[in-house]
Amino acid sequence: MTEPILFKDIDERNLHEIEVYERRGGYKAMRKALAMTQDALVAELEESGLRGRGGAGFPAGRKASFLPKGDMDKYLVCNADESEPGTFKDRELMQKCPHGLIEGIVIGAHAAGANHAFIYIRGEYEEQARILDAAIGEAYAAGYLGERILGSELSLSLVLHRGAGAYICGEETGLLDSLEGKRGNPRLKPPFPALQGLYQGPTLINNVETLMTMPHIVRMGGKRYAKLGVSGSSGTKVVSVSGHVQRPGNYEIELGIPSREIIYDLAGGPPRGRKIKLWFPGGSSSPVLTAADLDVPYDFDSLAKAGTMLGSGAIIVVDDQTPVLDVALKTAEFYRHESCGKCTPCREGTNWTVRMLERIDAGEATPMDLDIMASVQEHIIGNCLCVLGDAMAMPIGSMIAKFRDEFEAHIRMRQLEAVGAS
Amino acid sequence: MSEAPGFDYLQPRAGGPIPRTRDGSRTPGWDEPADLEKDPAAVPDPALLDVPPALRAEIEEIMARYPERHSAALPALAAAQRHHGWCSPRAILEAACVMRVTPGYLTSVATFYDMFELEPAGEHTVYVCTNISCSLRGADRLHAQIEAAVGDARDITVRHFECLGACDIAPMVSVDQVYYGPLGKGDGERLVAQLRAGEEPLPELRLALRKTAASELPEAKR
Repeated sequence: MTEPILFKDIDERNLHEIEVYERRGGYKAMRKALAMTQDALVAELEESGLRGRGGAGFPAGRKASFLPKGDMDKYLVCNADESEPGTFKDRELMQKCPHGLIEGIVIGAHAAGANHAFIYIRGEYEEQARILDAAIGEAYAAGYLGERILGSELSLSLVLHRGAGAYICGEETGLLDSLEGKRGNPRLKPPFPALQGLYQGPTLINNVETLMTMPHIVRMGGKRYAKLGVSGSSGTKVVSVSGHVQRPGNYEIELGIPSREIIYDLAGGPPRGRKIKLWFPGGSSSPVLTAADLDVPYDFDSLAKAGTMLGSGAIIVVDDQTPVLDVALKTAEFYRHESCGKCTPCREGTNWTVRMLERIDAGEATPMDLDIMASVQEHIIGNCLCVLGDAMAMPIGSMIAKFRDEFEAHIRMRQLEAVGAS
Repeated sequence: MSEAPGFDYLQPRAGGPIPRTRDGSRTPGWDEPADLEKDPAAVPDPALLDVPPALRAEIEEIMARYPERHSAALPALAAAQRHHGWCSPRAILEAACVMRVTPGYLTSVATFYDMFELEPAGEHTVYVCTNISCSLRGADRLHAQIEAAVGDARDITVRHFECLGACDIAPMVSVDQVYYGPLGKGDGERLVAQLRAGEEPLPELRLALRKTAASELPEAKR
């Protein structure tokens, strides 16, 4: 691969200190961005082709351009709630390079015309919050945050807000409610946050990695950045690989390389003597793929064509020793626990999916249950305020479709056991 | 199990475990239906409620950070939990008093989030991640081991948690909000023993000390 961008110098000692970060060229891109007009900066971001790294993959430049112009309070919220199972890239980025995020936030705020910024970090990341808090203090002292940053027109306050453990707060409107001090229930859209978000004001919400990429786009120029990766998915991406691989961890890749390279060459593949049964390409919310799909290029459009999604860029590998039922049950239990309960299809659908999966292991299921379960998933998708229910329905539906034989064998085996035991 | 029918739950915790009521619950009235005739609790009167000055100052400082004081709900509850050891009715009442909201509002918030302890918690809290990636690497077994090592004692609260965002060190635990992993054979018992001895648990497994996985790759593959 070409030189790493986000992971350049990442393991440098004390990179979390402003002095070391600046010695490594930090905050230069911010100066360059502040000298640009807002329109020029947005144009640069659009030209880079950067797509959001949090899960939805929406073009970041275009999102920033949706905010209305004019002299009102506007907000930038950095989504650092990283709670998609399998994802741990933002944790490593924030912990090791907090100033990279602050620099990205200043640039993002300039692009959106925002004057208040918040980082919503999940409550479990206490160490990372402490590091970020110290870094924010350093940035204020250096004049990179606050009134009229470096003599420019931009004034920006930045507050670190810690969550308290709820997956749904990674959903952008749930996050906004949580940041306003409420239960993290998603809101009806439209109005979209760009028009009515935090405190009813125009709000831009970006993922940590998206914001941290912005300084590099400013530094390299949008055109040069767009040459990285493939058409439709430009740039590099930090991919979190976990599960049954020999070297789990974060790897920065150029988008568009074959998935096999990430799983085998970088993460070392499954333990010796085992084979890959299935893998989640983009966190536990993405429909699963099998060993036959390992040559799919790892980028937004190719994965969408393969019937799944890049999501947050988290690959979870499951080997052939693990029953698919266990994976399905873990997945469904997670979404049942995290469903906020506001919309019926999600609240009931996640609950009944778990109970039907449990019936299989109890020897009480029949193959018809699989059809019912599949139809439950179809009834969830698209029928809720947010996509939490869909996030369970898609992987569970794909597991039933791709591993139906195994489910049926499991049902038969447990039935026979139940009969034998009685 | 000791019984203490006259225990006043609105008083700050004096130390030691919270006694259970006769039903085995720690919350009096848990099995009584809500009294719909009664007025909901109002915003606590600051003149009548003694809030520890340190907690009051902390919550006031938090409120000042936001354009809207309600935004302080989560950090204020976290501060109250730190002061009281758990989100007790008293802790919620105090936070509500400083924030000028009803205790009912803060209770609704506290019950939504996993990190607020709604029952008395031990001196140490251990979260064991049992989500997909960790369970593929033996997290359920680890959780059972740690629970067994703690036993019936209340000094350590063990909870299984959803993905903690550290699948690279699976199976992992978060001990008093510090991440450790990957835990191998016997590490669960060792962790509990070290916590009880007052030592830092599993110091060599601390996440903060790790380099990126990419840095461990053979040169040719980078």
